[in-house]
Amino acid sequence: MIADAPMLTCRGLALTVPGRTLCQDVAFEVRAGECWVIVGPNGAGKSTLLLTLAGMRPPAAGTVALDGERIANYAPRRRAQRLGFLPQDTFDAFPATALEIVLGGRHPHVPRWHLESPHDVRLARKALDAVGMGDAATRDVQTLSGGERRRVALAMLLAQDPALMLLDEPTNHLDVAHEVRSLQLLANLARDRGRAVVMALHDLTLAARHATHVVLMGCDKVEAGAAGELLTAERLSALYGQALVAVAHPRGTAFLPV
Amino acid sequence: MAALAFALTAGSVDIGMAAVARALWAPIDDAGAGYAVVRELRLPRAMAAFAVGGLLALAGTMMQVLLRNPLADPYVLGLSGGAACGALAALLAGASALVTPAAFAGALLSTVIVFGLARGSGAWAPTRLLLTGVVVATGWGALIMLILTSAPEAQVRGMLFWLIGDLSGATRGGPGLLALAGVLAIALLFARDATLLARGDMTAASLGVSVRGTTLALHALAAFATAVAVTLAGSVGFVGLVIPHAVRLIIGNDQRWLMPAAVLAGGALLTFADTVARTLVAPAQLPVGVLTAVVGVPLFLWLLRRSAR
Repeated sequence: MIADAPMLTCRGLALTVPGRTLCQDVAFEVRAGECWVIVGPNGAGKSTLLLTLAGMRPPAAGTVALDGERIANYAPRRRAQRLGFLPQDTFDAFPATALEIVLGGRHPHVPRWHLESPHDVRLARKALDAVGMGDAATRDVQTLSGGERRRVALAMLLAQDPALMLLDEPTNHLDVAHEVRSLQLLANLARDRGRAVVMALHDLTLAARHATHVVLMGCDKVEAGAAGELLTAERLSALYGQALVAVAHPRGTAFLPV
Repeated sequence: MAALAFALTAGSVDIGMAAVARALWAPIDDAGAGYAVVRELRLPRAMAAFAVGGLLALAGTMMQVLLRNPLADPYVLGLSGGAACGALAALLAGASALVTPAAFAGALLSTVIVFGLARGSGAWAPTRLLLTGVVVATGWGALIMLILTSAPEAQVRGMLFWLIGDLSGATRGGPGLLALAGVLAIALLFARDATLLARGDMTAASLGVSVRGTTLALHALAAFATAVAVTLAGSVGFVGLVIPHAVRLIIGNDQRWLMPAAVLAGGALLTFADTVARTLVAPAQLPVGVLTAVVGVPLFLWLLRRSAR
């Protein structure tokens, strides 16, 4: 594979939900090392876009390609070895320890009749440590708080360790410290370890801090490109229909509603 | 590893229960004549009881995963109601040879109705499925009442016993055990996928589980297991609901361990219950369904309380 070949390519993408067209003719390419953030108002279709990029929902028009091959052609297991997806919600209807759940992330890498190897267990423990849940490995998830469960779900994705990570609001339920830490973790994976990250976020300040690229998902217009170019107070104000001002600080830019 | 240790512990308790059940027969077994009784009457019946218990527990385990709801079981979804209704209709029509196929058809029809109706707009929302199942089960219940009230007096008592769940008609254990082994083997093929499915379709799909295929396979297996169980023993309630839940409290929700452990526990419980049912008020026999409830309810409550510490 060519080093700079795009990992994920979408062309002429159109998304529809019953009775409504969310977007049309969206095109962008995600390369290793990039951190994409999808921002936009509620109901603009951020989750639908992520699901489509993950190959779990067919687009109304256009194509999504993973490593140059149409994502629809991938068997689920082969796709999961390359691409991971953190849904907005996960279910904990049954008791299970945090470690068991995170070990589930190794599923695409463990042959059907095999048990998880000590290597898989090590990776799962490392993932739990990375989200600060190492001490809770043997806790039943049903006894964990919403934010702790979210971190366990994130650890599951880290244990899966795909080259391309798609995350739907990964910071849901997280307190500010874990929000910052989790996003830093993801940004580092992209920058230092050659992963690619695409995530939907609501916090514009954190988006500005970590995004290399953004998708502005409006109700009538979708723009994709470099973060420096698109993340301006003017564009964001128009996107949300809410006046915002950019407040510059040596550590980054904050967007303040006015 | 901890789960494996737990599974083994749970297994040895079950074996203990089975041994107790066997010990119960031993005193009555005075050599010659008793040998035939044990070999030709009790062993097949015990085998059938084990098979029925295992099948019901396994079906319950799969349905609970599919619905992501620990309250789901073959009875709640109307599968056994359909099977019972089919069998009673055959009895009423006087076609006793058709009881087995009719029960089978009833269970399958019930599955098709429930999943056909609950499917509707495409997504199989578990809540809608569960509600549809409850409504369909109620419908079967009404039909069963209709059959019972219109049946001749002489038949009603037999029908009633059969409805509550009775193993006195079981003379061959082989077919049931064979079905149990088959269903368990195929179910284990999907065990890891099923564990992930319990955490949501999307999570499972993103981890490379073929959600549609796995879901369909589990539904079909659960329907088949229920149909066989109902055909063998009528509507033995409670096993499919309580066993998976109880076993899960001990060993967790990893389906690779939960499925076989549920089969062992369900089989052992029903073997034990059936033995008690036919010895308690001997020479009369109780329907085993009464006993499963009597044994199952306190056990379940105790486990629930223990885990809530």
